[in-house]
Amino acid sequence: MKKLVTKLVLVMFSTLPFVIYSAENSDYNMPVGVTEVSQSIFGLHMLIFWVCVVIGVIVFGIMFWSMWKYRKSKGAVAADFDDNFWLEIGWTVAATAVLIWMAVPSTQVMVQAYDDAEGEINILVTGHQWKWHYEYMEDEVSFFSNLSTSQEQIDNKIPKGEFYLLEVDEPLVIPINTRVRFLITGNDVIHSWWVPDFAVKQDAVPGFINTAWTNVPETGIYRGACTELCGIKHAFMPVVVRAVEMEEYDAFIAEKMVLAEAERMLTSKEWTKEELMERGESFYMTNCVACHQANGKGIPPVFPALEGSEVVLSDSAKQIEILMDGIQGSAMQAFGDSYSEVDIAAVITYTRQAWSNGKNGDGAIVTPKDIVDYKNKIDL
Amino acid sequence: MSTVVETHDHDGHHGPAKGLTRWLFTTNHKDIGTLYLWFSCLMLFIGGGMAMVIRAELFQPGLQIVQPEFFNQMTTNHGLIMVFGVIMPAFVGLANWMIPMQIGAPDMALPRLNNLSFWLLPMAFGILLSTLFMPEGGPNFGWTFYAPLSTTYAPSTVNFFIFSVHVMGVSSILGSINIITTIFNMRAPGMALMKMPLFVWSWLITAYLLIAVMPVLAGVVTMMLMDINFGTSFFNAAGGGDPVLFQHVFWFFGHPEVYIMILPAFGIVSHIIETFSRKPIFGYSSMVYAMASIAILSFVVWAHHMFTVGMPLAGELFFMYSTMLIAIPTGVKVFNWVATMFRGSLTFETPMLFSIGFVTLFTIGGFSGLMLAIVPADFQYHDTYFVVAHFHYVLVPGALFGIMAGVYYWLPKWTGNMYDETLGKLHFWLTFISVNVTFFPMHFVGLAGMPRRYPDYALQFADFNAMISVGAFMFGITQLLFLFIVIKTIRSGKQAKPEVWEGAGDLGLEWTLSSPPPYHSFTVQPQVK
Ligand code: HEM
Ligand SMILES: [Cu+2]
Repeated sequence: MKKLVTKLVLVMFSTLPFVIYSAENSDYNMPVGVTEVSQSIFGLHMLIFWVCVVIGVIVFGIMFWSMWKYRKSKGAVAADFDDNFWLEIGWTVAATAVLIWMAVPSTQVMVQAYDDAEGEINILVTGHQWKWHYEYMEDEVSFFSNLSTSQEQIDNKIPKGEFYLLEVDEPLVIPINTRVRFLITGNDVIHSWWVPDFAVKQDAVPGFINTAWTNVPETGIYRGACTELCGIKHAFMPVVVRAVEMEEYDAFIAEKMVLAEAERMLTSKEWTKEELMERGESFYMTNCVACHQANGKGIPPVFPALEGSEVVLSDSAKQIEILMDGIQGSAMQAFGDSYSEVDIAAVITYTRQAWSNGKNGDGAIVTPKDIVDYKNKIDL
Repeated sequence: MSTVVETHDHDGHHGPAKGLTRWLFTTNHKDIGTLYLWFSCLMLFIGGGMAMVIRAELFQPGLQIVQPEFFNQMTTNHGLIMVFGVIMPAFVGLANWMIPMQIGAPDMALPRLNNLSFWLLPMAFGILLSTLFMPEGGPNFGWTFYAPLSTTYAPSTVNFFIFSVHVMGVSSILGSINIITTIFNMRAPGMALMKMPLFVWSWLITAYLLIAVMPVLAGVVTMMLMDINFGTSFFNAAGGGDPVLFQHVFWFFGHPEVYIMILPAFGIVSHIIETFSRKPIFGYSSMVYAMASIAILSFVVWAHHMFTVGMPLAGELFFMYSTMLIAIPTGVKVFNWVATMFRGSLTFETPMLFSIGFVTLFTIGGFSGLMLAIVPADFQYHDTYFVVAHFHYVLVPGALFGIMAGVYYWLPKWTGNMYDETLGKLHFWLTFISVNVTFFPMHFVGLAGMPRRYPDYALQFADFNAMISVGAFMFGITQLLFLFIVIKTIRSGKQAKPEVWEGAGDLGLEWTLSSPPPYHSFTVQPQVK
């Protein structure tokens, strides 16, 4: 029995490396990725891995062989040595040599990966609770990227799609064969922006701007994740990057600029209550539900209810202030910096009409112009 | 320095008091050791229960059992409890039992302090666990509690968490002072430092590490307290503070802390391997030097936990090299254990099985540690399940196996009864298999890209996660067997001889005492040759 078990253990450990080896490039191993850096890192990873395997086979080999050979049940009699100066010096030197030998390629790849020179395109990536914001520095184009997997899929009410939790409403678009530099920061807590296929993982720290870069040679959709615990929806803010030909990229930016212009026009338009309500509801469902919930009841005491709240019922000025500037020391962020006047006005209007609020409160309508006025007042 | 030790009993018989007061007011090193060990055992099942909740939720993609908010509370409290409530108290418990017996002393040097440092612990964990029942819920920001998630964005129960960490810190520091004082002042005549048992050495070094870094932990939580309640901005970027500072201070505590959780296990395993190889430990002095250099190096590697936080190139390289350096003394220890078994006369009782399991699986954790030390590769590994695999390999089949090995090894000495060897072996094999089924696939999901601290995940990780959960449930249930074996041994079992293990009589002073040993271990100090 004992023998059998020992053999079993031996077999288990000696086959592991092969299992892993045959699984290279698959769901079991680090992705090779598409960029030069990700490929060097993959090579480095396999190199260290094999070094560990070789050391492991030698050390465990000697150990299991000793366990086998020097069993007392086989009549083994213990020797009486308890040190060997040269052997000890020998293995210390050998271990040091292996480490130095590994440090050389590691340093080279590190220098290759670490490079904060300007990019041909520079993108400011900002982590928010719980979505990413992308701003193309050269073109004044910016947008949020939200998880697009439905709550029903998460709650197991409908079958999950192929890209469950790996899909967003608006992916980041970058051109191929271009040096793209990411400037990465956080808006509230620390997040971390990771795209495995580019081997780019960089923390998004409030108050700091970190840099990372890539140069993608192949078009395609690359999916990643937030890798620093950032609160409740940490698992629900994926990164999706679409790498396209330069022409397509230019067209994308042009289209985005037209949209931005149209958005600015909207601010001066006269809005009806219904239009505001409709826009406000969809904004609420993407940006507010996480905390305040679809029914407006929040998750007290951390996330207060909006239904029946004094401010939402009867103090529209205060509500504008809260949405624009956030509440210091709480999870309520300043939305004014990142969203249009139209969106802010719409969502305020929506919350003042929705649920029982329209019936119990003043039901005031807030228009984009009110928001512009608020901004101007602050500027003064 | 020497201490006068009473060589006779005043009142003839002098045993433990009766009833509850025996435990509340005890100043006896064995009673306090027992309290520590049972406390740790209780926490193991509470923290383990939390792990079961985590694994049940992760069994399948989608949210089934708990919501993300509660999931985060579970991961956070699981980590805090396992680190501060299981591994550390268990080692202190073993230290309390064994250090006086191994150095030929009657008791610990500061018995009342000893009582205090234990009773602070139930208080600290009572406070921590009570937060789970408060309306805002317990800490939910990870056991590493990075600011500002743990300050500006934390539930208000974070204040209880901070207080509880302070109390744990006081307990650890008092315990360490006691251990250092005992070791320096109460050794039997003739026991020079370089003749001390390795477990005593490992604890001497660990106690210094604790005294050095626990105040740093206290400092960092105090800074949090100020930020949250008194308007300072240590970690608040909006006020000119620096969230990264938090991580530097935390890991300056945190890395030495991970060695605090493994050094005593090194000591235990060294004793067991020499006992069951029937051959003295190979390279005693290099074992001591290796532990000392690990301890010293552990102060200059902290930022390897922060490779993606945005450090200058020189910083990244420095911390990579220093971390790789730590692998050398760690490797030396493994080589020494193997060399001890080489040409020995081996038997495989349960403590030995756990120790061999320790050497193999801890080494696998060391390998993944080495991989994580390589900065560019760490960009891909960091904050994925690969890291989770790494630290569970060093902590479960590492630290926890060390503790279990120690319990099996010394339990006959403590209770006077042999444990049931068949059940012990069954416990080992079930544990060994389930540990690997649980933690080995974590390497794969991590490499394939699953981030840690996720309550839900993409579909390609589903198969491995189901497997991991099954392993985890198996592991959890198996530990009930451990509890059963320990209780059974306390109540009955074959009478154990004083030396318990064949030939152990020459290996340490504890084996010269009767089994169970007298209430005051050595009332007459033995002479060490
Ligand atoms: C050869 C020795 C070791 C090396 C080179 C090593 C290296 C590392 C590195 C580089 C990381 C950071 C990985 C990342 O977050 O990306 C790490 C994480 C960790 N290591 Fe080790 N390690 C070693 C041994 C140990 C030991 C002995 C323990 C404890 C008994 C330990 C416990 C941990 C823990 C708890 C973490 C994760 C902390 C967290 O982020 O929650 N390591 N190790
Ligand atoms: Cu570390």
